[in-house]
Amino acid sequence: MQLTVWTYEGPPHIGAMRVATGMEQLHYVLHAPQGDTYADLLFTMIERRNKRPPVTYTTFAARDLGKDTAELFMTAARNAYARFKPQAMIVGASCTGSLIQDDPGGLAKSLGFSIPVIPIDLPAYQRKENWGASETFYQLVRAIAGPKAPPPGTKRPDRPAGQRAKCNLLGPTALGFRHRDDVAEITRLLAQLGIDVNVVAPMGATPADLTRLGDADFNVVLYPEVASQVASWLQRIFHQPFTKTIPIGVSATREFVREVAGLAGVDPEPVLAVASTRLPWYSHSVDSTYLTNKRVFIFGDATHVIASARIASEELGFKVVGLGTYSREFGRDVREAAAKYGVEALITDDYLEVEAKVAELHPELVLGTQMERHIAKRLGVPCAVISAPVHVQDFPARYAPQMGFEGANVIFDTWVHPLMMGLEEHLLAMFKDDFEFKDGALPSHLGTGHAPASAPAVAEVAVALPQSAPVLDGAASEPAPTAPAPTGAVWAPEAEKELLKIPFFVRGKARRNTERFANENGVATITVETLYDAKAHFAR
Amino acid sequence: MTVHVSGCSSAAADQLVSREIRTESGQREVFCGLTGIVWLHRKIQDAFFLVVGSRTCAHLIQSAAGVMIFAEPRFGTAIMEEKDLAGLTDANDELDRVVTQLLARRPDIKLLFLVGSCPSEVIKLDLSRAALRLSQRFSPGVRILNYSGSGIETTFTQGEDACLASLVPELPVQADAKPSLLVVGSLADVVEDQFMRMFDALGVRNVAFFPPRKSTALPSVGPNTKILMAQPFLPDTVRALEERGAKRLAAPFPLGVEGTTGWLRAAADAFGVDPAQFDKVTAPNRARAERALAAFKNELGGRRIFFFPDSQLEIPLARFLSRELDMQLVEVATPYLHREQLAEELKLLPAGVAITEGQDVDDQLDRCRLARPDIVVCGLGLANPLEAEGITTKWSIELVFTPIQGYEQAADLAELFARPLVRRAKLVA
Repeated sequence: MQLTVWTYEGPPHIGAMRVATGMEQLHYVLHAPQGDTYADLLFTMIERRNKRPPVTYTTFAARDLGKDTAELFMTAARNAYARFKPQAMIVGASCTGSLIQDDPGGLAKSLGFSIPVIPIDLPAYQRKENWGASETFYQLVRAIAGPKAPPPGTKRPDRPAGQRAKCNLLGPTALGFRHRDDVAEITRLLAQLGIDVNVVAPMGATPADLTRLGDADFNVVLYPEVASQVASWLQRIFHQPFTKTIPIGVSATREFVREVAGLAGVDPEPVLAVASTRLPWYSHSVDSTYLTNKRVFIFGDATHVIASARIASEELGFKVVGLGTYSREFGRDVREAAAKYGVEALITDDYLEVEAKVAELHPELVLGTQMERHIAKRLGVPCAVISAPVHVQDFPARYAPQMGFEGANVIFDTWVHPLMMGLEEHLLAMFKDDFEFKDGALPSHLGTGHAPASAPAVAEVAVALPQSAPVLDGAASEPAPTAPAPTGAVWAPEAEKELLKIPFFVRGKARRNTERFANENGVATITVETLYDAKAHFAR
Repeated sequence: MTVHVSGCSSAAADQLVSREIRTESGQREVFCGLTGIVWLHRKIQDAFFLVVGSRTCAHLIQSAAGVMIFAEPRFGTAIMEEKDLAGLTDANDELDRVVTQLLARRPDIKLLFLVGSCPSEVIKLDLSRAALRLSQRFSPGVRILNYSGSGIETTFTQGEDACLASLVPELPVQADAKPSLLVVGSLADVVEDQFMRMFDALGVRNVAFFPPRKSTALPSVGPNTKILMAQPFLPDTVRALEERGAKRLAAPFPLGVEGTTGWLRAAADAFGVDPAQFDKVTAPNRARAERALAAFKNELGGRRIFFFPDSQLEIPLARFLSRELDMQLVEVATPYLHREQLAEELKLLPAGVAITEGQDVDDQLDRCRLARPDIVVCGLGLANPLEAEGITTKWSIELVFTPIQGYEQAADLAELFARPLVRRAKLVA
């Protein structure tokens, strides 16, 4: 058993739902008890879709367990088939459904529908959402595109001269982080290169579209968590190569353009020559000087954290102080990425462990998921969201891709806005004695109008979190008493007074640094000297 | 999926209007009982709710708490893994380990609920024995109880029933012979305080609320206890209290002016309050609430409303909307219909109203589309798709989380239904 408060990923059948809901003309019959229908609201409320997910739940109850739950499943499948008339159906069980061992695949087969019925067997007690999406997509493609496979040993015929290259875009799903806009952006980029998009899948594709996957010259893997298994299979069976670069960030997008141009046999240079993004210039502009070596902590799915670390480090001049993922399947890739920045990757799906790490590192910016947004809010650290799981507000009405050159522009804005701008930081320091900048007044960039907790309380919370075991109960709801430093260094009154002269928006950090310095050096009483010793110690 | 129509009459409920009730059992679009944790953990402030379940349960609770407003909730999930399914002895060891870990981290917990889920019920993990075993280890500091919020046994608000029923054996025996009143069902603190002032003015003494705000202040119960139900979804709790000797007062639920008056009157009559005194005490509140409601009559009068089943509040809500705001009831569906406890409500519903118990969501959606009501009350999964079809909706969950009981909230309750209609009228783009 694993004790948890919040989870990064849902169970694997949610991954299957993300595939089914992204597609058209596909229906999912899920053997599941009442209550599992909550999943619908992820799509209708959080993603704000205007249709119900194409899922029929059997919603069996306790009284059905003694009777024939298999019959219940068959009735539900029959009704769904008659009502929705899908091109194909996937069938499976949720965690409870799998315990009653009714074999949805076998049952559905016995119904003799004239459409493909694909059993999706998801081990709910071992695997999670992204794995479920990947497996569902793979089983679907194998079942539907498989019959079109060329005989083993046949070579892929060369594309006739003069015919435009075409590729498939693989990986976008419902409830994905900016998938809709990424697909639009990458499609546009490919069009500039003279490359056509054959099929986008799973998002937007019908089962009939999947039969055409083999027609493309190559595949573009947008989200490896969902698509790499399918891409590898298509390479093996249809001899289609696939892209390795994820086009998030300016450099990666340039590399991606070269990679797809190579696969399509077109010249990338004209497109690269006219490609425009403001990120590099904004990064070079003088107001961005203050971004230099801002300490950033990054956590999310593997694809987005690896890309984000590169952008943060190479395109914004931040210092990556922590990097991690909940995508255990991609642990090796994230570890390799982390090594580039001289940090050790945090591979965990325990939100409390991430919280303890953030508290320990006290970064100046957190790039993360909805969970990190919470952590950052509690610790008073600015935060931007880079990965699922996300909040309803991360499905914006405006066009806001993460991929391609426009994606780079969006990323610059999204990450830099939570921080103070360079000029703003200078002015706040210069006018810190002005009555408008009194303690507790939030700087305008936080823009909330109401303080999350009071600023000093936030600082205390950070101190109260022990470095060792994560605590289940942080001190936000029940504030800690005036936080003693972990091993008990005490502030001398004049040092406390000196601390108050430091601008309030960096005071929390100064306090934490000083206490850490005192504890590490065995200082029992923090004096003015200790304060400045610590300042010197932590100076960059 | 079966549908049958039956006559409904109950010997216990005198003069109950005999009416046709459609019963459906198909796909339900209703939360499971685990969701009750979301409000119960705010009500009983020193309790912690540990769901013993799957990753789905953890994901459900987090999604039902929606935007995850509570950074530090007093609930969590012990997620069962492959090895826990293999052997039950292991599962018990694992549960003990998780509880020990939790209590070490949260010394402020006084009451711990082990909450059963679908998977824990299906594999027959005996949480009552676990609770007993762990109680022995952690008493007297921590009381450990268990109930099931599983979707195979409970729907949405039934989780509160199961939770409160598990607390009943813990209630102390009433020591004296003085009559006492026990208000059963979670109410917002502000509503509790209003009712308390009202009972005080009526001269009804010894009033307690269940659940209490602190688990250390459990009300006592005995043969002199009269029960007044504040929520319609608590049959098991009431039965358990009746087994302790308490007597349920037949009353409508305190929604709207009429419901609140009937509810208070049931208590006043049981405690021998002079009717003239009752009128004198309640008249100013009644008048004020009626004045506040008048504004919404124009907005809502004549509008047609359709209820999908969700919270079991549907019957009292429909009664309020039809009688006090002149709304027309197209269909009133409820997950379960407790004919006896809702007898006072059913008497007040207009004759011939279409009542559905249970659900077959696709069929019900067909009926709803055909009827084109002015407003639909439904769960979160259905609301946006219906809006996209041009049908105005009200989230039923809001009716559970918002203080809607009593005189002072009558207009607030009406406003909850008026707002979506006002909004639709305002939007031109």
